[in-house]
Amino acid sequence: MSQNSLRLVWVYPDLLSTYGDQGNALVLERRALQRRLDVQRVDVRSDQPIPTSGDIYLIGGGEDRPQRLAAERLRRDGGLNRAVANGAIVFSVCAGYQILGHEFINDLGQREQGLGLLDVVSTRGEGERCVGDVLADIDAPLGLPPLTGFENHQGVTHLGPTARPFARVQFGQGNGTGDGTEGAYNETVFGTYMHGPVMARNPHIADLLIKLALDVNALPPVDDRWYDALRAERIAAASQPA
Amino acid sequence: MAGNTGPLSPRAKLAVTAGKAAAAVSRAAGRGSGSVIGGKVALKLDPDLLARLATHLDVVLVSATNGKTTTTRLIAEALRASGPVVSNALGANMPAGITSALAGGSDARYGVIEVDEKYLAGVARDVSPKAIALLNLSRDQLDRAAETRMLAEKWREGLAGTKAVVIANADDPLIVWAASSSPNVVWVAAGQEWKDDAWSCPSCGGVMQRPGDDWFCGECGFRRPTPSWALSGDYVLDPHGSAWPIHLQLPGRANKANATTSAAVAATFGVPPQVALERMYQVQAVAGRFDVVTYMNREIRLLLAKNPAGWLETFSLIDGPPAPVILSVNARGADGTDTSWLWDVDYPRLAGHPIFVIGDRKLDLAVRLEVAGLDFRVCESVDEAVAAAPPGRIELIANYTAFQDVRRRVGN
Repeated sequence: MSQNSLRLVWVYPDLLSTYGDQGNALVLERRALQRRLDVQRVDVRSDQPIPTSGDIYLIGGGEDRPQRLAAERLRRDGGLNRAVANGAIVFSVCAGYQILGHEFINDLGQREQGLGLLDVVSTRGEGERCVGDVLADIDAPLGLPPLTGFENHQGVTHLGPTARPFARVQFGQGNGTGDGTEGAYNETVFGTYMHGPVMARNPHIADLLIKLALDVNALPPVDDRWYDALRAERIAAASQPA
Repeated sequence: MAGNTGPLSPRAKLAVTAGKAAAAVSRAAGRGSGSVIGGKVALKLDPDLLARLATHLDVVLVSATNGKTTTTRLIAEALRASGPVVSNALGANMPAGITSALAGGSDARYGVIEVDEKYLAGVARDVSPKAIALLNLSRDQLDRAAETRMLAEKWREGLAGTKAVVIANADDPLIVWAASSSPNVVWVAAGQEWKDDAWSCPSCGGVMQRPGDDWFCGECGFRRPTPSWALSGDYVLDPHGSAWPIHLQLPGRANKANATTSAAVAATFGVPPQVALERMYQVQAVAGRFDVVTYMNREIRLLLAKNPAGWLETFSLIDGPPAPVILSVNARGADGTDTSWLWDVDYPRLAGHPIFVIGDRKLDLAVRLEVAGLDFRVCESVDEAVAAAPPGRIELIANYTAFQDVRRRVGN
């Protein structure tokens, strides 16, 4: 891959783009363009094959039935697994995060097989839906400032030995397991329950993915004034629950 | 059919009186019109009151994600050609508000009732409507509302076998899915700009094909029904192929679509399209929406947009650049507390407009506009935004509570 091009794949917007998560694609695209990268964004509908030559793949949240349909079609297609085997980066949110694990509970109440790209298993929580602002500390090795986001899910996601928690919550539920973990990641695959969208609230995550894709340690700075103002406001809001 | 003068049981009469008393107390306490508290008291005393109040009316129910308040007004206006109408014109659209509105219309022949999406099936069961108008369904307040497709499914179950004529938008696959369990449907080609909640077939989950204005599922054959009414440019086409000009004071394509549906509803009660459409011209502003006010010596048009589909329709009706635009977004309970939906709104369409951003969640909007590559200015108040706006009529677009805030401030 050349150092100044970035191929961004937005997976199944027809099924998994219900909670504004296409904002992650927009923020990534914008921040890559601001670094004068040659960005190509491909939106792949669920009746099209997943290209295997992307650098970063994004998957969003969706409703229960579309989630099952997406898992069925991604399993059948196989392209995302091939892309990850080639070293691609995947960032997933909510329903998309569950699909990347070994299994989740589908809209019919049955165990649905995921893609096995993250060592996690998701079940459905018995209690109330987790809804609201979240504040969390991102896993230290990633070197990122605190995570702010909005969660809206019923899922409970348990991490296996080869997945690290993406963050630990200060306020909010995250993975819903009661152990304070939020999201999961390994070398190249990330999952989170955070909407907001998460990269609009945490542009450093977008930059991290770009750095991983380009295999560089730093990127030229961009004007983060509005992101910083929004972060400060939302972090304060999450710390003082209504 | 006779007006609502038939005998109410003593219990129902007491319930109506108690409800009116509670409403008067609520008004006196400065807590709004009192219609909801009045209805709640009345329904508590007589749970069947809504059904009983509706017995003597020809009832039309109107439901949708967007446009239900306006369409309710248009239908009410059209039906007044043939008799007195009672309506929940101010948008109190849950059972208590509906009960309160009907209790106030003892002489009416028609009840034209806006119903919240979640309550449609239940209200339809209670009031035995003659007609039900279904306009559109799309994502709205996902932090607390049911999933959009589940809502269509609930409508479909609730309306199966209804005796009402269902007047439904043939251009919205979710509406077609919801309506097609009903035995008597009048399909209206009312259009729908927003398509992102219906790429997946509501019947089988297959991927929808949408060539031009048509749509169909490539897998199970679920497809757009042939409409008998249509919006075509500035005309309503009726089932006989006649074209009737639409003259509205209300702006935009979406309101022409609402007028087309309203004309189809009026026709089921024998009001001809020409008469119905002429009467609809009377409607100026609906609960402040589309109103043009003068504030700080500036003309401001007040536009309500609550969700991505609503913003899309609103962008298509505003004056072109360089008309100044003020955007205001809140995320209080009634708005939905998650602002993620802002990223499903096509803000790049505002390129070229001077843009001013206010509201509780102005910073979410600022990041959204920054990423869209637009120029904008964040202001602390509507006054600051109005003062900063360059000359020309200002288009002010706000979501629900932000809209109420602005109305209070500009004295509308």
